[in-house]
Amino acid sequence: MSYVKESETSATNPMTNQLRPDSPSPNKIDRESRKTVGKLAIDDPRIICKNVNVFYGENQAINDLSIEIGNQEVISFIGPSGCGKSTFLRTLNRMNDTIVGCRVEGEIRIDDKNIYDKDMDVVPLRAMVGMVFQKPNPFPKSIYDNVAYGPRIHGLITDKNELDALVEESLRRAGLWDEVKDRLNEPGTSLSGGQQQRLCIARTISVNPEVILMDEPCSALDPIATAKIEQLISELSQQFTIVIVTHSMQQAARVSSRTAYFHLGYLIEVGNTNDIFTHPKHPLTEDYITGRFG
Amino acid sequence: MSSSPENHTKVQGKLSTFDIVQKTLAKRRADESRFRFYGIASIVVGLGFLLVLFANITGKGYSAFLQTQIELEINFDPAVLDPENTGNQEALSKADYNGLIKIALQKSFPEATSRVDKKGLYSLVSSGASYQLRNLVINDNSLVGKTVKVWLPTSDDIDMLLKGNVDRNVEQGERRVNDRQLVWIDRLVAENRIEKQFNSAFFTAGDSREPELAGIRGAVIGSLFTLVGTFFLSFPIGVATAVYLEEFAPINKWTDLIEVNINNLAAVPSIVFGLLGLAMFINFFGLPRSTPIVGCLVLTLMTLPTIIIASRASLKSVPPSIREAALGMGASPLQTVLHHVLPLAMPGMLTGAIIGMSRALGETAPLLMIGMVAFIVNIPSSFTEPATVLPVQIYLWADSPERAFVERTSAAIMVLLVFLILMNGLAVFLRKRYERRW
Repeated sequence: MSYVKESETSATNPMTNQLRPDSPSPNKIDRESRKTVGKLAIDDPRIICKNVNVFYGENQAINDLSIEIGNQEVISFIGPSGCGKSTFLRTLNRMNDTIVGCRVEGEIRIDDKNIYDKDMDVVPLRAMVGMVFQKPNPFPKSIYDNVAYGPRIHGLITDKNELDALVEESLRRAGLWDEVKDRLNEPGTSLSGGQQQRLCIARTISVNPEVILMDEPCSALDPIATAKIEQLISELSQQFTIVIVTHSMQQAARVSSRTAYFHLGYLIEVGNTNDIFTHPKHPLTEDYITGRFG
Repeated sequence: MSSSPENHTKVQGKLSTFDIVQKTLAKRRADESRFRFYGIASIVVGLGFLLVLFANITGKGYSAFLQTQIELEINFDPAVLDPENTGNQEALSKADYNGLIKIALQKSFPEATSRVDKKGLYSLVSSGASYQLRNLVINDNSLVGKTVKVWLPTSDDIDMLLKGNVDRNVEQGERRVNDRQLVWIDRLVAENRIEKQFNSAFFTAGDSREPELAGIRGAVIGSLFTLVGTFFLSFPIGVATAVYLEEFAPINKWTDLIEVNINNLAAVPSIVFGLLGLAMFINFFGLPRSTPIVGCLVLTLMTLPTIIIASRASLKSVPPSIREAALGMGASPLQTVLHHVLPLAMPGMLTGAIIGMSRALGETAPLLMIGMVAFIVNIPSSFTEPATVLPVQIYLWADSPERAFVERTSAAIMVLLVFLILMNGLAVFLRKRYERRW
């Protein structure tokens, strides 16, 4: 509370501002402002979100969020716990539908289709917008079946040879092929944590989605496995639009071209990753990246 | 408290934490060892009772697997079998085989001449022995005219005598075997013409009023029909219900009400299900009474809550991350359940189902209500023929006055226990075999 009070005074009293000379533009944006600052619109948008509100029962988890996500870009969502970044990520492939009491208002268009239209089926949507979860969750089936599952249920392949080729290609692109090519029939759960997460990525790209959502994909992994996944994200960004939620600001800085900062259900700031980390416009963003809270 | 470490900080006049903990240590250890002792003691007492039960049943029942047989020289006299010399099967099947036995007995013991003696003599052999002779002749017509030595079952009284269940020292009027019969039996024993043989009739015959002819085949087949029917009705319905309630149903007052009711149904006394079955299936739908079809419908109703509860618990134990993974891949909810959740939940569901089945196997009360308590000699061959089941058969025999039914009751209990152990073993096997880790 004392912190908020100080900020209130800092906005009104020029004397206190002199105590914080490192603040780049102290009076420019009010700390209490929840209006998104930064570059919302981009030239080549793939996902357009307009005035999105998400409710869990009575609680509003996302407030009036608008953002555009471009083609083949890596955008990372950062922010303290409970700020709604994962919730927003899950609205992009309607995984929130599975949560009882969750309600989404507003408009999310992917390739000019409103994904919350009544006649929109989640099955093709989720085939188009793949997802990698926080905890590696391979199916308790063989490595091969893990990767082959998506193509099978969606009928993407016609014969066994095609499927074999697709499995190999997906595993290669996930950088896992050399490690598992001799044991494709072993259960996916027998792999190490990092390998499991790459298997999940291979599984996701096997159906050739347009967008890949990653919900803190490295939070359960050690630094070496994390480095591999980050390298993989850079490679995959050549082809896919990737939205990644992360708690690690270093990771956001390493892998993404744009960064969005969330705070308590509001999208506070969006901008090029470099700008966000070097010249944050909003005081809250600045506080977060300088480690004053979060 | 000399054991406290030297570098432990001591405040003057105040015990250190270490010392205080030391003081309470003895009490804690005593508590723990007392609890452990209670646990071991209760297990020992439980096992002891189990041992007494098994010893009692086995001790009483093992002799039922043996049956006293008597060797008689039977002359298949055409004059008795086919007096009109028609030579056809019908005449042979209707012939007086009892007569053959009587002739053979008289030949062995010519001294029995009075009416009373003859009656005593004829009652040495089981009244069912004539059917055995008839089957011999019908299977092999060439026997007619020959004299063959045949082993025939004795009556239950003689069987009991040979198994030591008749006290020879009491007065003649007090026991089921009279003095003359004792003399004959002793002579037969001396001639090795009477001995205990494996009681195959116990496993191949249906129920009978004569203990020496009574078997559990009818009850076992009846139980099998009832149980198979129960499984194929209750397992799919139970699993489908659990999957719907757990994975698809909206959470509202109605599903809450259904859930509470399912839990309550699991605790409803089974005889109530029997009454329901009597009112619905027999009186309203007009299904035949005493039949396995009604039995399995009633037991299905009784088993369903158990299976639904076990299946729901099993579905709940599947980690949600598996569902998320499948849904995230674009699998439809039904595909998610069929491809991923159900295979993982299946061992638990099967275990629940088998435990429900073993309860159904041992169930008597609801079946009494729907008439499966009837005395049925024929071995059922379909779901719509009158039948009885193992526990009901045990109940019927336990109620019979003949001494020989005591051992048969115990033997039938042994067979029932073997089935129950096998089914529970199967449940354990399935759980171990298909248990998957993730």
